[in-house]
Amino acid sequence: MADSAQDNTAVKGSKGLFAQLELDMRLLGMIGAFVVLCLAFNFVTEGRFLTPRNIFNLTIQTVSVAIMATGMVFVIVMRHIDLSVGALLALCSAIMAMVQARWLPSTFGLEIGHPMIAPLAMLSGLLFGTLIGAVNGWLVGYHNIPAFIVTLGGLLVWRNVGWYLTDGQTIAPLDQTFLVFGGAEGTLGVTWSWVVGGLASLFTIYALWNSRRAKVRHEFPVKPVWAEVTIAVAAVGTIMGFIATLNAYDIPKGKLRRMFEADGLDLPAGYTEGYGLPISVLILIATAIIMTIVAKKTRLGRYIFATGGNPDAAELSGINTRLLTVKVFALMGFLCGLSAIIAQARLQSHANDIGTLDELRVIAAAVIGGTALSGGIGTIHGAILGALIMQSLQSGMAMVGVDAPFQNIVVGGVLVIAVWIDIIYRKRLGIKT
Amino acid sequence: MSGNPNTGTPLVDMRDISISFGGIKAVDNVSISLHAGEVVGLLGHNGAGKSTLIKCLSGAYHMDSGEIFIDGEKAEIRNTRDARKYNVETIYQTLALADNLDAASNLFLGRELVSPLGFVDEGAMEAETRAIMARLNPNFKKFSDPVSALSGGQRQSVAIARAVYFNARILIMDEPTAALGPHETQMVAELIEELKRQGLGIFLIEHDIHNVMKLCDRAMVMKNGQSVGTVNVNEVTDDDILGMIIMGKKPDAAY
Repeated sequence: MADSAQDNTAVKGSKGLFAQLELDMRLLGMIGAFVVLCLAFNFVTEGRFLTPRNIFNLTIQTVSVAIMATGMVFVIVMRHIDLSVGALLALCSAIMAMVQARWLPSTFGLEIGHPMIAPLAMLSGLLFGTLIGAVNGWLVGYHNIPAFIVTLGGLLVWRNVGWYLTDGQTIAPLDQTFLVFGGAEGTLGVTWSWVVGGLASLFTIYALWNSRRAKVRHEFPVKPVWAEVTIAVAAVGTIMGFIATLNAYDIPKGKLRRMFEADGLDLPAGYTEGYGLPISVLILIATAIIMTIVAKKTRLGRYIFATGGNPDAAELSGINTRLLTVKVFALMGFLCGLSAIIAQARLQSHANDIGTLDELRVIAAAVIGGTALSGGIGTIHGAILGALIMQSLQSGMAMVGVDAPFQNIVVGGVLVIAVWIDIIYRKRLGIKT
Repeated sequence: MSGNPNTGTPLVDMRDISISFGGIKAVDNVSISLHAGEVVGLLGHNGAGKSTLIKCLSGAYHMDSGEIFIDGEKAEIRNTRDARKYNVETIYQTLALADNLDAASNLFLGRELVSPLGFVDEGAMEAETRAIMARLNPNFKKFSDPVSALSGGQRQSVAIARAVYFNARILIMDEPTAALGPHETQMVAELIEELKRQGLGIFLIEHDIHNVMKLCDRAMVMKNGQSVGTVNVNEVTDDDILGMIIMGKKPDAAY
């Protein structure tokens, strides 16, 4: 047990400046690819891609898939798959649409615009999403039906249950409060966006400082101070830059005038107002933070990753892997409900085809983000970045004017190549997958 | 060999254990006891039922019939968590490590240290891991790498640390030296001697007759799910034990 330990640790004397930052090279590579992609589109579109307006639209288009991708990370880490997320999103959306536009107003007599309509609708969507997810998990965990089959069945079942509920009709208009969660209809405005950005920056600095303090307390090696400061500056710069960009997108004149008219006022000459941070993006950020905490800091997250790494070892360690499967799929279902709120509010209606092919986008986002289908490996921030890359690719190509078939061909090719590069990268570093 | 403390209440007493899988009796009416400070070897061909028998004690399998007494009290062991409550710790042949996690995460898997807020306290777990590793394997330095990056010996020391850290009283070792080099095997042998002195009872599943002769006080030989017999190691020769494994017969000389 003794001699073999030395040869592996011997070569660590001289570290490069870059290595001292202790950054995740894989993540850096993805961010690099994303930046190159954006710059390339910006060049081809002659500066139209990286405008505040397009960045604003890009982020609100990414939210729905990104939220589901965070849940898909857990599912794939557990060595399962969920093909039913698009269909489940459609069902949750159908239920919420029926609750707010039909059942509550006509059956329960709540008048249109009642303040309880939006919360009740959302609650019903989240509840059914969680419940159906739990049923999926129960079938997979307790009855050993492969997740691929259970959710392939779900892919056919749930969208059509939604179709049955709505008689195939597109349901609109939706409750006004509900629409706030869609993106452009609900933003924080310039001032509050700066406040959120400031708080996020403070929190980031606190988290970095706290983790350094914990390492010092246990006398573990720490990074040099300049490296910590560099990371902090980069993080705060990114947060504030993002907020500044969203604030720089002005609400169009016509819409401003309508907003003022609604309050019985005239639009003052030369008045402008920025959109700021959309509430849907705020929800995505909150989801990302919570899911990251679950993954890294809770027993639940540990057990998910341990089970993905070695199911037998997890079982022998006293982990109830069956119940764990139910929890992971239920969480996935809950996130489908959450995404349904945002997708429906963004489109301002429920249609049967809402979220079509989302299962593939969500899986692709998680996989491009570094989640290994063999299980045990994956990060939340990677999946969100994956979703952002996919969406940028799609809307960038649309902006350039690439034909629809070529758009899908490119996205499909990128998915395969991204995973290929990842496998080569892991092999070079000697990381087993 | 130190003197056999074969008197008094045994630490573990497994009586008439049977378990079958799909009509095949993997373990057929086997009884075995273990005293504090004693090492009992379990021998036999592959598929003789050694691992299956011992998994009834570690909670991985549920026996069909039979009883287990720990300190003379009947023990209900339905899963691995129950077994841990009785301070039964197991080092599996496969080591049962999650390859994608680091040493500390594996050591505390299923028994994480948490902060008052209920969050996993990584710092405290790594500090504890460093402390126990300094004792078991002072050369162990790879605390932040996943265990897939470790050598066979290092992985073994993580598995052993996991069993020792939680104050095991009854330790089950399933071929602990099978994948190790001579030097590492020697370290495990010394560790077994040390744990014995501390008063642990150890079940040792082992194929290597020399290790059995060197480390064990008693040895039970199994064949086709049944017990061939239990012998005091210092009263028999290695040929006698080999004969029991191959022929399935007890040597006349010993009894």
